[in-house]
Amino acid sequence: MQTARQTAWMVVRQGRNLMREPIWIAMMVIQPMLWLLLYGQLFSKVAPLRSGASSYIEFLTPGIVCMNAFFGGSWSGMAMISDLDRHVIDRFLAAPASRLAIILSQVVRAGVTAILQAIILLAVGYLLGVRVHGGVLGFLVVFAAAFLLATVFAGFSHGVALLLRREASMIATANFVGLPLMFLSSILIGAALMPGWIQEISRFNPVNWGVQAARNAVVFDGPWGPTAVYLLLLLAATAATSGFATWSFRAYQRSI
Amino acid sequence: MDAIVTEDLQKRYKAVQALDGLSFSVREGEVFGLLGPNGAGKSTTVRVLTTLTHPDSGRALVAGEDVVRHPNRVRRAIGYVAQDSGVDWEATGRENLLLQGRIHAMAGPKLHARVDELLGLLGLTDAADRVARGYSGGMKRRLDIALGLVHRPKVLFLDEPTTGLDPEARSLMWVEVERLAAEEGLTILLTTHYLEEADRLAERVAIVSRGKIVVEGPPDELKAGLRGESVTVELEEADHRAREAAEIVRTIDGTSEVKVEGRHVRSRVPNGAQAIPAILSALDGRGFPVASVTTARPSLDDVYLHYTGREFAAEDEEGTK
Repeated sequence: MQTARQTAWMVVRQGRNLMREPIWIAMMVIQPMLWLLLYGQLFSKVAPLRSGASSYIEFLTPGIVCMNAFFGGSWSGMAMISDLDRHVIDRFLAAPASRLAIILSQVVRAGVTAILQAIILLAVGYLLGVRVHGGVLGFLVVFAAAFLLATVFAGFSHGVALLLRREASMIATANFVGLPLMFLSSILIGAALMPGWIQEISRFNPVNWGVQAARNAVVFDGPWGPTAVYLLLLLAATAATSGFATWSFRAYQRSI
Repeated sequence: MDAIVTEDLQKRYKAVQALDGLSFSVREGEVFGLLGPNGAGKSTTVRVLTTLTHPDSGRALVAGEDVVRHPNRVRRAIGYVAQDSGVDWEATGRENLLLQGRIHAMAGPKLHARVDELLGLLGLTDAADRVARGYSGGMKRRLDIALGLVHRPKVLFLDEPTTGLDPEARSLMWVEVERLAAEEGLTILLTTHYLEEADRLAERVAIVSRGKIVVEGPPDELKAGLRGESVTVELEEADHRAREAAEIVRTIDGTSEVKVEGRHVRSRVPNGAQAIPAILSALDGRGFPVASVTTARPSLDDVYLHYTGREFAAEDEEGTK
């Protein structure tokens, strides 16, 4: 109960602080649109890529929603570095602040940001002729996939932030993990076009779970059973990475 | 009952033995100063007492609760003002305080009233709704103190409260701390590497050196315990000859703890008025022109030198590296 209350107030803090950063708001809105338009144009003439969708942009939109979500999550640990550098975390830890609340507030913030970006992307996609074939349920699934992908990687990112505590190391880690996971997923091209070994690996890639779920919702109107399984897998992964981040406080506290 | 008790605390960071059997206790309601040079183990002690880190061995009780076994009970009873400001720069002063209160399970009109009270008490009312990024160093420091006081703690930890402040802000801070100690009825543990700060604020001090308490007591008693006075001779000569002059002063009966600082030769004597003529004539006889002579009652600087055999300033610099 206390944890839930503290999480809520810490989410309020982060939301309010971010709203004071006009550059951040601009980047949050513009960047996903840029990805969508850029990749949409780049590959628009390669017909087989869209694998079953009515246009490449329709195929691509759920992929870009997921890419944004997991990139956003991967980078979200930078906020923890800044809080550590400013000693805000020490102040919280010397007060009866729940460690889990500190982590969950950051993770939820990343998830909500991903949903906002998904809304922007679906709106831009709509103008380009993308329709969510799964209807209301489809929208909910896209939002859930975006939220959960962001939270999975935000948990991981915050754990790494607490262990490494340096911006340069964080940037290196986020790049090292992020780019391969993107290319080992069906964000840009359909699974059928991937080499066999990448197909195999992508089955274990959380990014791909999100992409499959979102694509089922946007392009295919189901099947909902496997889609639900993907979302549940992401939920379990979020629990695991948030647990890892909460545990990382111990390592941090041993070092100070 | 004692507000803080530590027994034989040990803590090691890789190659550094930060705490090496540190024991002291602080009475309820007193202002207690942990005095020592940089790197002596003061901040580590505070981090153990505020539950931020665990000791390797030993025991510590704060407000009657064990810091390792019941950290959350300790956290509810303490306020912690860290050496480095813990202010959230993107939030206003008021927002900082409200969140801190909520972490302490405060809410509603009571919380708002307390926040208003503290903003007033620390002179931040006019800046309350401005983002803290624009605060001056002194204002951030006062906000830090307010953050440590929101939940009316029993024990307040002030880790190097005036480090990084200019002299004016520092003396304002001293007045502030004195007022808080009186008005809020707090036990305050203050760490400092400024001797005059400990002298001015603390009812009792413990001198920390290399992870141990060297001596503990009221500043006046510690100084009185040294007896005697210090005599400082300023030479007209250049620095290098001061060492020779110091050798001469050492040979005079009754002088001890002779040390050189630039053109100044300091020594400890039982009685300044009696020692000065002997010192002056010895220096004069060997051709050392003297610019001035001063005597002083012992300072905590002298206490430190006496008990550790090392000079405070040199040790302080060493610890900063």
